[in-house]
Amino acid sequence: MSFVKLSASALAIAAVSATAAAARDNVQVAGSSTVLPYASIVAELFGENTDFPTPVVESGGSSAGLKRFCEGVGENTIDVANASRAIREKEIKACAENGVTDIIEVRIGYDGIVFASQQSGPAYGAFVPADIYNAIGAQVMKDGELVENTHETWAEFNSDLPDTEIAMFIPGTKHGTREVFEEKVLLEGCEATGAMEAMMKGGMDEDAAEDACLDVRQDGKSVDIDGDYTETLARIDANPNGVGVFGLAFYENNTDKLKVATMSGVAPSTETISTGEYPVSRPLFFYVKKAHIGVIPGLKEYAQFFVADEIAGSSGPLANYGLVADPELAKTQEKIANETTMGENM
Amino acid sequence: MTDASINNAAPGRRPGSLLSADVRTAKRNAAEKRFRAYGLTAMLIGLFFLVVLFVTIVRSGAPAFTRTVVDVEFTLTQEQFDAAESELFKTKAYSNLFISELDARLEQDGLDLDFDEAAIERLLGKVGGTLREHYRANPGDLGQPVQFELAASSRVDGYFKGRVTRDTLQDSRFLQASDLDLVDALEEAGIMKQAFNWTFITGADSGVDNPGGAGIGASVVGSFFMMLVVLFLSLPIGVAASIYLEEFAPQNRFTDLIEVNISNLAAVPSIVFGILGLAVFIQFMHLPQSAPLVGGLVLTLMTLPTIIISTRASLKSVPPSIRDAALGVGASKMQAVFHHVLPLAMPGILTGTIIGLAQALGETAPLLLIGMVGFVARGYPDGFLAGFTEPNSAMPAQIYTWAARADVSFYEKAWGGIIILLAFLLTMNIIAIILRRRFERRW
Repeated sequence: MSFVKLSASALAIAAVSATAAAARDNVQVAGSSTVLPYASIVAELFGENTDFPTPVVESGGSSAGLKRFCEGVGENTIDVANASRAIREKEIKACAENGVTDIIEVRIGYDGIVFASQQSGPAYGAFVPADIYNAIGAQVMKDGELVENTHETWAEFNSDLPDTEIAMFIPGTKHGTREVFEEKVLLEGCEATGAMEAMMKGGMDEDAAEDACLDVRQDGKSVDIDGDYTETLARIDANPNGVGVFGLAFYENNTDKLKVATMSGVAPSTETISTGEYPVSRPLFFYVKKAHIGVIPGLKEYAQFFVADEIAGSSGPLANYGLVADPELAKTQEKIANETTMGENM
Repeated sequence: MTDASINNAAPGRRPGSLLSADVRTAKRNAAEKRFRAYGLTAMLIGLFFLVVLFVTIVRSGAPAFTRTVVDVEFTLTQEQFDAAESELFKTKAYSNLFISELDARLEQDGLDLDFDEAAIERLLGKVGGTLREHYRANPGDLGQPVQFELAASSRVDGYFKGRVTRDTLQDSRFLQASDLDLVDALEEAGIMKQAFNWTFITGADSGVDNPGGAGIGASVVGSFFMMLVVLFLSLPIGVAASIYLEEFAPQNRFTDLIEVNISNLAAVPSIVFGILGLAVFIQFMHLPQSAPLVGGLVLTLMTLPTIIISTRASLKSVPPSIRDAALGVGASKMQAVFHHVLPLAMPGILTGTIIGLAQALGETAPLLLIGMVGFVARGYPDGFLAGFTEPNSAMPAQIYTWAARADVSFYEKAWGGIIILLAFLLTMNIIAIILRRRFERRW
């Protein structure tokens, strides 16, 4: 009966192909959605310019990527984790427990975080960290006292800002961008407004006060975006008063829809970020499993190709897309060439 | 009994004329009319949304099928080829050669405009990859003039399609207002024009800075191999399970339990199957990541309950007289099922299968966890068997990836991808309908 024959041959095909799939010949990458665009550019060029197959790059966020990275050593685990923040002590420990002990850290450049709103919306113009904290912090200073945040409009705490309803779209907690946003904007704003001091006076120790500074109001004025920047853009599109947090490259690709606000008086651009003038920026990384070098073909070559001057340098395609080139690229190149892992003379 | 009670309910009522409806009849008729109107409205609303959806898809997706190209003759010498091949960033070397030759040609043509190589670079997409591929495949073309159609940059493409206008254009390193004059001049000279975008249909995914080189072809192939796995696993397993449960299995607590579980499985969110796939197929069985084989296995698990439920329903709908007649003339139980019941149930089984496959075709969530969503641009597999194991994406995953990219022209491609996905689905449906016609038997 042909039906039985068909199903038998299907099973046979499945079995054969399963055994044929013993060795993986492509580099497998996962992690930060901020690094994904750069990694995809490099992956495509790597496939075009070398005889290795094009690497597979997955997204999912820095934490998710590092978690998969730390699952163990072997062909069924990923080789490279992209991250928009440095790996944490806790994650290194988790890695070590699963046998991932030798990790090469590669810094590819810097990325700016910008605050942008609808092109035809109200003019937000200039922010300082205190404005953002006053807008979305859980507890803010009002008339010299620490109170629950009840601010409805921007003008309530800064008369230079428009009298429009507060609606901020910030990256969700699984994004590495959130950490930079908390550290460089919320915490700074918390200190600048005096809220942190008030918290410490109220009996908190410094760590507790810092944690409390990072709390965001929960009444809907601040929305966590767990997706990527396109989702933030869609929210801004739908809400003329909305202010969103974007990566510099994303904003530069959408200048016809978005206008950017300055932070502490500095407009974001590759120049102001590379000089360090623009305050909200962070390094981008990827992490390579040393145990996979020599096992997965093209892994070391991929890492070397990524940070080559022609690619990650200031006139390369990554910089053209919006990455701020790392002035210490030579050091990183040397590190990969020598396969220097994180423990060794950092 | 109900008739009697209606008659009894109105004993004193005079029998009305047949020609003029009495009040209650008129009420009932009005209620029926209203109900029909509701039904019609509901259908029209559904139809309206279908039309809106369809028009939106076609309108937003159609531009993906055309692209702006630079149609120009280019000569590459052997020395230039060797020099470019010796560099690390080879494709950049190729595109630089192309840009300077185009620049020289335009100077020669005496274009009455101020432009430099940087401006030309802004107008062009990533041309190096196409050039390198061509000359590596056809070394005989070295030293000869070759006519190339190369993609323009996404913003120039947007200018041709009306997405970018002079009013909304903000000067940036991607495109400047003065470049548009050059674009207009090139269009007049016939060097820049719109052409059908074959790359979109046949190509693989491309990096975020190269929308002109992005295509959905490779992921169509990925989806195709996944559907093969789903079809050849879920159909035999599903049909065999349903025949056993329906025709042979004893009615006891154990089979009841299985039945309840199958119904429950049909309602399980698809992401759960993805987690299962990651844990069982990749981490335990060590199958490759991002492979259509694993995608197909995961989707098989998801499709099985749908197929089992619909197969059982269609087996049930075969009249018992057919079974009894077969058994009566001396057929064994198995002969009765395979010779008589199954052929009659086939149309229903096919319908269930196609619903299950269509559902599986559009599924992205389970693929997220097994590595098929993201940047997967491996291109076409090396052979039939490799098609199952080489990393590949699937159509819905590709559409999702494009929709999340910063460059607007990828968004347009996502819509175009939806059109291709619908066409794929339509083809699958047509094949199912043809098969169903052939199997259909009346009794």
